[in-house]
Amino acid sequence: MSEIKGKKEPLLRIVKRAELPGKQAFALRIFSVFLALCAGGVFILLIGYNPFEIYKTIWTGAFRSQMAIQATIKLVIPLVISALGITLAFKMRFWNIGAEGQIIMGGVFASFFALFFTNLPHVLLIVIMLIAGIIGGGIWGLIPAFFKAKYNTNETLFTLMLNYIALNVVVFLRDGPWKDPESSGFPKIARFDKNAQLDKVLGVHCGWIIALILLVVVAVYLSKTKQGYEISVVGESHATASYAGIHVSKVMLRTMFLSGAVCGICGMVQTTGSDMTLTTAVAGGVGFTAIIVAWLAQLNPAGILVVSFLFGVLEKGSSVMQSTFGLSTYASDVLQGVILFFVLGCEFFVRYKFVVRGGAKKE
Amino acid sequence: MSSEIKKEYAIECKGIRKTFGKVVANDDIDLTVRYGEILALLGENGSGKTTLMNMLSGIYHPDRGTIKIGGREVCINTPKDSIGLGIGMIHQHFKLVEVMSAMDNIVLGTKEKRLKPKVLKEKILQISEQFGLEIDPEKKIYDMSVSEKQTVEILKVLYRGANILILDEPTAVLTPQETKKLFSILKRMREKGNAVIIITHKLNEVMEISDRVTILRKGKSMDTVMTAETDEKKLTELMVGRQVSLSIKRPEVKDRKKMLSIEDLVVSKADGTTGLDHVSFDLYGGEILGVAGIAGSGQKELCESLAGLMKIDSGKVMHNDKDITGMGFEEMTQAGVRMSFVPEDRLGMGLVASMDMVGNMLLRSYRNNKGFFVDRKPARQLAESLIEKLEILTPGVETPVRRLSGGNVQKVLLGREIESNPNVLITAYPVRGLDVNSTYRIFDLLNEQKEKGVAVMFVGEDLDALLELADRILVLCHGKITGIVDARETTKEKLGLMMTGITEEVS
Repeated sequence: MSEIKGKKEPLLRIVKRAELPGKQAFALRIFSVFLALCAGGVFILLIGYNPFEIYKTIWTGAFRSQMAIQATIKLVIPLVISALGITLAFKMRFWNIGAEGQIIMGGVFASFFALFFTNLPHVLLIVIMLIAGIIGGGIWGLIPAFFKAKYNTNETLFTLMLNYIALNVVVFLRDGPWKDPESSGFPKIARFDKNAQLDKVLGVHCGWIIALILLVVVAVYLSKTKQGYEISVVGESHATASYAGIHVSKVMLRTMFLSGAVCGICGMVQTTGSDMTLTTAVAGGVGFTAIIVAWLAQLNPAGILVVSFLFGVLEKGSSVMQSTFGLSTYASDVLQGVILFFVLGCEFFVRYKFVVRGGAKKE
Repeated sequence: MSSEIKKEYAIECKGIRKTFGKVVANDDIDLTVRYGEILALLGENGSGKTTLMNMLSGIYHPDRGTIKIGGREVCINTPKDSIGLGIGMIHQHFKLVEVMSAMDNIVLGTKEKRLKPKVLKEKILQISEQFGLEIDPEKKIYDMSVSEKQTVEILKVLYRGANILILDEPTAVLTPQETKKLFSILKRMREKGNAVIIITHKLNEVMEISDRVTILRKGKSMDTVMTAETDEKKLTELMVGRQVSLSIKRPEVKDRKKMLSIEDLVVSKADGTTGLDHVSFDLYGGEILGVAGIAGSGQKELCESLAGLMKIDSGKVMHNDKDITGMGFEEMTQAGVRMSFVPEDRLGMGLVASMDMVGNMLLRSYRNNKGFFVDRKPARQLAESLIEKLEILTPGVETPVRRLSGGNVQKVLLGREIESNPNVLITAYPVRGLDVNSTYRIFDLLNEQKEKGVAVMFVGEDLDALLELADRILVLCHGKITGIVDARETTKEKLGLMMTGITEEVS
């Protein structure tokens, strides 16, 4: 027998927790936000500012005027819509990280009508653009689903790669066929005609109404309909789904079309409501942030609204902070990263805890 | 325990406690083994046997309690520590690299310099000879039978110099003949002064092989008794906590109607190899047809192809001269076959683990109402009536089924399938992992169905249960039928021979 040294227990051990009751888990999450603010505060101190002032600026910055509130809401809209789209796919455990590309394609399809069918009656044009957005995003969601169903390709890589293709489709259109002839050589797509812009309701483009409608539709679709039930079953286990007589590939195709379509609506709303033109920044990372939003909300539509709102505040507040204190964009990115790190990290502690050496004996 | 051999304890566990979240898996367990002794660790599923052994092999760490190996208190943090202390664990699910040879698997992960193949082979053969093991060191694992793989696992720990062996349910996958062989190896180890712990819930094996028995129940050690001074009945009482009658009923049904006839069925496994090889038999209503065979002999393919979930390459499934080959549940119902299927993988195939009982009741019936929306009302009623009828222990119909115990999960699944009023009921390992109580409840339910005239197919692994419950037993070996025998007239040994491919006349 080899050595039996005076081995000690390791200093820290990871132990699985009993499933936390909802209230405690909620408290833990709130606590993690608090910790995040503390850690962020340390960072702010290190770069030589007063954390309390900065935080105050972020919060008030998002609400200081009617215009600021409107700007905040404008940031929330695309997050809500695309997070809803992602939720559809994620419920099925289809890791669609291609929301970015689906948003862009929705925007591209909608822009086609905005640019070349300007003379249609306004309402008709808006409806056509909405449908175009749905089809554009839907196709971009359908492609990876088709290959997954047929050849079992990896959807994560597939959807990710399609993002870049979509992005460069926009570059191609901007530099080529859709180039604004009046831009004197500068590569850009022309600003949409007033007729092709989303109307404003209460000072913000009516995308917020679309977002709220979608919120209800997706929530009902997932929890009350047969198709929603099928999505949950497929997400849980393909074997169970086929056992129940569900056509897995059919559900996969249908759901991914819908997931892409919802993201496509987001693209349409962004181009016609917010940007009034098609640029390479139409998605601007929203498709990725929406993944975090959907995940933090635990794929719950109501939760998505809350989380998106907080993200919007952070985003808008950070930009106010930048201009007020002359901080660089990167400083606010670091701050956002720190906060996310803590909030996401806390999910680990919802399920596990550390036990210090000897600590268990005192129980 | 007598005092003169006290210092010879190989393992001495005191007051071991381990919790997983709220679940107390081990609660103040004491356990001792001497060198030169075989200890049986007996307990129902979920009584904490495997947890305890996993702590000895360094996979888990106890929350409380002390472990002494060879008289010295130790702290086992990793499997490496455990091997260093001479403990060798043979897991229920083998941990071997399929594409490597036996030899490579045996030395895999050892620190010392690699020996030349020739020397290594000699060394391995020498060890195997000592203990009466039969092995071809150069054979690849994927070419091996289950019992050969087990031999490799045993050699793996012996090669590392283990003198304390822990075997987790080693006989679950073996034929009666292979079990005998394993036991003679274990006896040889005892003679050589090794300590052996064998985890099991089969009483006859406990009586046959062990010197002492430690009984666990619900995470507590109930008692440790000398095998020679006890009997199966006493052990059951200790294990279950009350008296149980150990006989299984087999009601006679006069009127047997041919329900399905399976003709020359050929089915491929998912990996393209042969699953079923020209299988033909009849399934009668009012009868339980047992299906026996070594794991992976085509049972899964048989069940799933009959249930219409697997592609049938050739052959026919007939019902009253109607060809129902390859039909799904709905088409079959129209053809007069109301098929119910309780698959082997309950939570991964038969149920949706994260959904509540209502959601799971919907699985087979959510299409029944018209319209776009799901109607949960009838499913809720069904769930509530099942809870009452089958005495399912659950906090409520809204609790996810994965939180229920194994027995209750199976009741939910079998209950749903029976409630759909089948005339063919296919069950794959319906009592695997269940406690005694639930096991007998399931047997009763199957007998009820049989008396109602349902054709029941019961794929099982416990030959004793099959012999008592089934009317006829069909034996599969490598996808072929090696015999269909009357369960009243055959013996375990005969079944064992057929399972390894020695053909009996088809009756």
